[in-house]
Amino acid sequence: MTDAGTLREDRPLDMLEHASAPDLLAKFDPLIAERQALLDTGVRDPFAIVMEKVLSPTEAIIGGKPTILLGTYNYMGMTFDADVIAAGKTALDEYGAGTTGSRVLNGTYQGHRECEEALKDFYGMDHAIVFSTGYQANLGMISTLAGKGDYIILDADSHASIYDGCWLGNAEIVRFRHNSVDDLDKRLGRLPKDAGKLVVLEGVYSMLGDIAPLKEMVAVAKKHGAMILCDEAHSMGFFGDHGRGVAEQEAVLDDIDFVVGTFSKSVGTVGGFCVSNHPKFEVLRLVCRPYVFTASLPPSVVATAATSIRKLMHAGEKRERLWKNSRRLHQGLRDLGFTLGTKSAESAIIAVILSDQTQAVGMWQALLELGLYVNMARPPATPAGTYLLRCSLCAEHRDEQVGQIMEMFAQAGRAVGCIG
Amino acid sequence: MSTRDETFAKVTDLIEPFNKKGIPLTDAVRFAQDLEWDSLTVMDFVAAVEDDFDIIITMNMQAEIETIGQLVDAVETLKAAA
Ligand SMILES: Cc1ncc(COP(=O)(O)O)c(C=O)c1O
Repeated sequence: MTDAGTLREDRPLDMLEHASAPDLLAKFDPLIAERQALLDTGVRDPFAIVMEKVLSPTEAIIGGKPTILLGTYNYMGMTFDADVIAAGKTALDEYGAGTTGSRVLNGTYQGHRECEEALKDFYGMDHAIVFSTGYQANLGMISTLAGKGDYIILDADSHASIYDGCWLGNAEIVRFRHNSVDDLDKRLGRLPKDAGKLVVLEGVYSMLGDIAPLKEMVAVAKKHGAMILCDEAHSMGFFGDHGRGVAEQEAVLDDIDFVVGTFSKSVGTVGGFCVSNHPKFEVLRLVCRPYVFTASLPPSVVATAATSIRKLMHAGEKRERLWKNSRRLHQGLRDLGFTLGTKSAESAIIAVILSDQTQAVGMWQALLELGLYVNMARPPATPAGTYLLRCSLCAEHRDEQVGQIMEMFAQAGRAVGCIG
Repeated sequence: MSTRDETFAKVTDLIEPFNKKGIPLTDAVRFAQDLEWDSLTVMDFVAAVEDDFDIIITMNMQAEIETIGQLVDAVETLKAAA
């Protein structure tokens, strides 16, 4: 018998009397056992990393050791930008540490307005609404837009916040196969003509780093009279002429009714948003529960976000470096013989596909010991039950760091036996 | 054969490729517990059923369906409504 289900001898007797009531955490026993078995093999816990010091957007001290960061979403390296930090400090001094209130009551400061103005300018759109996280932006937008009797049509590989947004609302939920235009078309065609429809897409899918065929998908959605929400979390700042995302790059931004995004990636802080040209957009501030029933972002956060967003409008050079780094690493890892999530570098995310959990954790740990941090991803977060090491590049990775990264992958890959 | 029997035959045909343990398929067989399907298998299978019958089984509906019999009944209802 495993000890998960047994009582310890030193428990007081009155606890034993209640022993028959079900333990609500018992349902997680299989996961606890699986994790324990893995940790018993002597590996470090991939989900318990602590960054003791952060030296720059691309380097931190982990376990006392300087480590190159290749598993953050700090695509544009804005976290230590001098102007961004100065704006945050000023706001902290002038407006205090937090708002202690909802956006619709006492939680909208000048800085929240300025942040929304920056977003409107960045996207060239009429309306912008800032949420406390990107997760909440999806929860709020999806659950509020699609009500009872309406349909949400989403990609099977959608981010958890999109799925949770669906379950928070009362709409009917329909999935289509990942990035399949034909599957989307068929499913939309089977829905009642007069029902409200919201198609939810992402510009970049964050697990494999592949991009959506937005041009074709938007055309199909429009043909069936659906509204479109596109989550551009992983594309803001470096796709399209103005960095507005994959929809801009594919020249369909005008047909996207709602763009959702986050400040926790390219912008380099925390927060979420939606921008739109819909004339009735502002009413959402009154009816969107994840906007109303939570405290607004601290003044320092919206000040850093607004400054960062305005700088990202003119970040052509960073954009080029990010693409150069992404293409170089993608090519390098492919040449080493790794299996990658995409044929070429479609985004700044490169997913290294491994055969199972043991290989993934072994590889992850070998890299960490060499001084490289990547993300490990496992089901259910990953599509098709795959184990991935997810690498995401930063505009601030120096050429020599990218070279070191490839050497570390070569060394770790041979040691673990996933390349020849 | 009644239309329910036909639907049952078609549905079980679609299950077979995913019936790794070779369980005899009856109305009472449960997808999660008996066939031991994970969410990805469910996704593939549901898409196949939808395309075969030209219907939509929403995720809300899927959440209520546990057995083969319930699925066959749902398909019958959806076909009638289409
Ligand atoms: C596609 C997508 N949408 C939304 C989010 C949530 O963003 P945030 O970190 O701001 O909650 C993420 C981040 O993990 C994401 O990948």
